[in-house]
Amino acid sequence: MGEVEFLNWVRGSGLNIAIAVFLLGVILRLIEIYSLGRKPDLSAPRHAAGASGLHTVFRRSLPPPGMMKRSPVSYIGGYIFHIGLAVVVFLFAPHIKLIENFFGLSWPGLPSQVVDLVAVITLVAMVVVLVDRITKPVKRFLSTFEDYFTWTVTFLPVLTGYLAVKHLLLPYTTMLALHILSVEILLVVLPFTKLFHAFTVFGSRWFNGHLNAHKGVPV
Amino acid sequence: MNRRLTVAEQLAKQGVSRRAFLKFCAAAASLMALPPGMAPAIAEALGKRTRPSVIWLSFQECTGCTESLTRSHTATVESLIFDMISLDYHHTLMAASGEAAELARKQAMEQAGYLVLVDGSIPTKDGGIYSAIAGVTNLQMLKETLENAAAVVSIGTCAAYGGIPKADPNPTGAKSVQALMDEGLVPRKPVINVPGCPPIPTVITGVLAHYLTFGEIPELDNLGRPTMFFGDSIHDRCYRRPFYDQGKFAKTFDDEGARKGWCLFELGCKGPTTHNACATTKWNNGTSFPIESGHGCIGCSEPDFWDAGSFYSALSMPTTPLDLAAGAAVAGAAIGVGVALANRSKKGAAKSAHQSAGLADLEK
Repeated sequence: MGEVEFLNWVRGSGLNIAIAVFLLGVILRLIEIYSLGRKPDLSAPRHAAGASGLHTVFRRSLPPPGMMKRSPVSYIGGYIFHIGLAVVVFLFAPHIKLIENFFGLSWPGLPSQVVDLVAVITLVAMVVVLVDRITKPVKRFLSTFEDYFTWTVTFLPVLTGYLAVKHLLLPYTTMLALHILSVEILLVVLPFTKLFHAFTVFGSRWFNGHLNAHKGVPV
Repeated sequence: MNRRLTVAEQLAKQGVSRRAFLKFCAAAASLMALPPGMAPAIAEALGKRTRPSVIWLSFQECTGCTESLTRSHTATVESLIFDMISLDYHHTLMAASGEAAELARKQAMEQAGYLVLVDGSIPTKDGGIYSAIAGVTNLQMLKETLENAAAVVSIGTCAAYGGIPKADPNPTGAKSVQALMDEGLVPRKPVINVPGCPPIPTVITGVLAHYLTFGEIPELDNLGRPTMFFGDSIHDRCYRRPFYDQGKFAKTFDDEGARKGWCLFELGCKGPTTHNACATTKWNNGTSFPIESGHGCIGCSEPDFWDAGSFYSALSMPTTPLDLAAGAAVAGAAIGVGVALANRSKKGAAKSAHQSAGLADLEK
């Protein structure tokens, strides 16, 4: 298969398959998770200031007291790469074009030099977070194959995207095809790994916050 | 038997001055990205060579490649190149017809070491019957002609990569010259691909000039194209590139962005994945190239450009409709409901199997 044929495949059949698996997985898991339900809590609800689902959704985005000092890499690195990913994915002009094609929504993008810079910062933050995970004994002990695997499938699209734009390592066409392929792998993997938190994070925060609010505990 | 004239002799015979010849050599040197000081060396090398015989075979093609070469605005470079080769067979340009034409090809083939130029792809399905010249299929003619050839130049995307005849569903089983060699259907010879639909005239002549000057094939990229002409992408050499970097894109062919000359990426420009010399050499005697005229690059010098989705959909867009998505969503919902029901029944079973422990149980 030549490089152009490879690119045509990832832009055509490959994307078709990846989106299908992604949709199937996301819908399946959302129905599965939200249909589980819980027994109704029959106790009289208690009230406490700052205890509600909505409060928890926001509060969990901030480090609990003292934690920033104890684990700065996790928090700062985590913020940087999450925001970086959002910028790179949603504010790079070719990506916006793709989103417009799917949903009809579009918005202005950032200049490519800014996106380049954010991509580099994101990559560095991800590497730092990985090194931290490997070097801290407790984090290493808690890490499983899935943690390293999901890190890799998240890292590769950013790396190949950057290399493609900068014409590094491989010809642009091949690198672009690899970039799209890496995103397709991410799409296929996302619903079935911890990466599914992209869909569940706010729901589960709300759920925990709501449950504890009933008991009068702001979490 | 006639002795073949050297290039210098031929030019003198036609009244081309030494000065005009040197000018041509300087132009050829700059085309090949060689220092200007190389011009006299080229002149010497070219002058001494006998004019090599060239057989131009036109197969499944539209004659656009020949049109491109012969209709170039200034004929100087192009006509000189034809004075330097002996174009013994080209069924569009030659005066002879019928059996006399085929005889010319057979005679040219008697002396080994000729150059074969091919434009058009070669049909292979059903014994290659879809295109024939003088009752001989293209496949058979190419096979015969390549036997004693020194090298092949595949002119245009059809000969180089199959082009439009090979586009899906490829009803004639069209193949490129290189593909036929890889499958062992024709003799293997060195191949230079000069793709484009059509190729830039000066690129065709530049490749020939290089071959004549150095007597060897130039450095090629992974798709068999001379890197001196196909080394850069259109996007990298595009004068609209700064707008791409600034995120300024024309949204339609008639909006303010289009009038201001912003990047045509969103209108489907394939410049980023296309390698050709359009942005530097340009067309019509250096007048402009498609992007300069307001239309995105269609990627015509790349394999399968015809099947790479619409010319007007951006490179980041899917090439085929995502027809599996709806089915997958329904399947996902169905499996999700199935899993939910299974979980429910598990919960129900656990509930009904639950036994309350009383005081009596504790005393057991």
